[in-house]
Amino acid sequence: MFTAALVAVSVAMLLTLLRMLLGPTVYDRILALNSFGTKTVLAIAVVGFLAGRPDFLDIALVYALINFIGTIAVLKFFEYGTLGDENTEEPE
Amino acid sequence: MKGIISLFITLVVIWLLLSGHTNPLLLSLGLASILVTLYIDHRMDVVDKDGQRVKYPLRMVTYFPWLVWEMVKTNIAVARMILDPKMPISPNLITVKTSQPGDLGKTIYANSITLTPGTVSMSVDGDEILVHAIDKETADDLMTGEMDRRVSCVVGEC
Amino acid sequence: MQLVTDILSWFFLLSGGFAVIVGSFGLMRFPDFYTRLHAAGITDTFGAAAILIGLSVQAGLSLVTVKLVLITLFILLTSPTSTHALAKSALHGQLKPLLKEDGGASSNT
Repeated sequence: MFTAALVAVSVAMLLTLLRMLLGPTVYDRILALNSFGTKTVLAIAVVGFLAGRPDFLDIALVYALINFIGTIAVLKFFEYGTLGDENTEEPE
Repeated sequence: MKGIISLFITLVVIWLLLSGHTNPLLLSLGLASILVTLYIDHRMDVVDKDGQRVKYPLRMVTYFPWLVWEMVKTNIAVARMILDPKMPISPNLITVKTSQPGDLGKTIYANSITLTPGTVSMSVDGDEILVHAIDKETADDLMTGEMDRRVSCVVGEC
Repeated sequence: MQLVTDILSWFFLLSGGFAVIVGSFGLMRFPDFYTRLHAAGITDTFGAAAILIGLSVQAGLSLVTVKLVLITLFILLTSPTSTHALAKSALHGQLKPLLKEDGGASSNT
């Protein structure tokens, strides 16, 4: 049962990876990256159950948070060209 | 001070639920990490602000199942579109008026719009939300304003 | 009892896996960026929630279930936020959405 779910998530990850490689615009790639991260969280959780080690869920939890922060950070960097380091622009 | 105390209790509960350990060393390490978090929050000046609160938390209980049901319905509709060989999509942009006065209501409303596949909120400007809808039907569904009315119930009076 | 939980989690895991695959398929198939957002939405909401619910049915009432519920809540809170941020910055970056009036949304890929 877990194997079936893992296979489904893996197939979906492959498709998403293909979009990431093909994606005509940079936004397509970021979208695919975000979606890939969500699927990674699912894959980690399912693998944890498959191996009988629910401790994996901690990693999945942290990965879900990092995925969100990472997407926002990449978007911000792409939009402004900096990660919000205001001090570098105007010396006191 | 009230904000700090309620944040402390919340963090303690979350720490205990996530770790499940009770030996003294780990408990004291957990306490130390909670105190560091509280100090950082205090320095960032994010606690003890008079933020907006959900006025009637109990009404969330009726809103959430409704939202889940909407999500299931629109998910099936969009999945049909993907699997249909002709791909019957007709994307359009619509502007939705919201009656939410506060930021919290707007946030819940815009997030709910995005959470149901088929509609994505693109920008919020005053009381107008620009929405990208995947076809006419989902756009019409949103234009009836039922979601807006239900969000009003959660944050204020209805 | 064992049979009931097994059937329930089979149901949730299979429908979740199906939704995840359909979402990625749409991500490949839809013609432009803004429509792909909707396809990714399927994976992020229904697919993720269904798979995690299926796992928590299997885990029963324990700390594991609490973690699974927390992950579900995080995903349900953060995925609309990042989708909105993506859509807004694409709009800001002058990426024109493909509209029905522009002629034949379904004809070109």
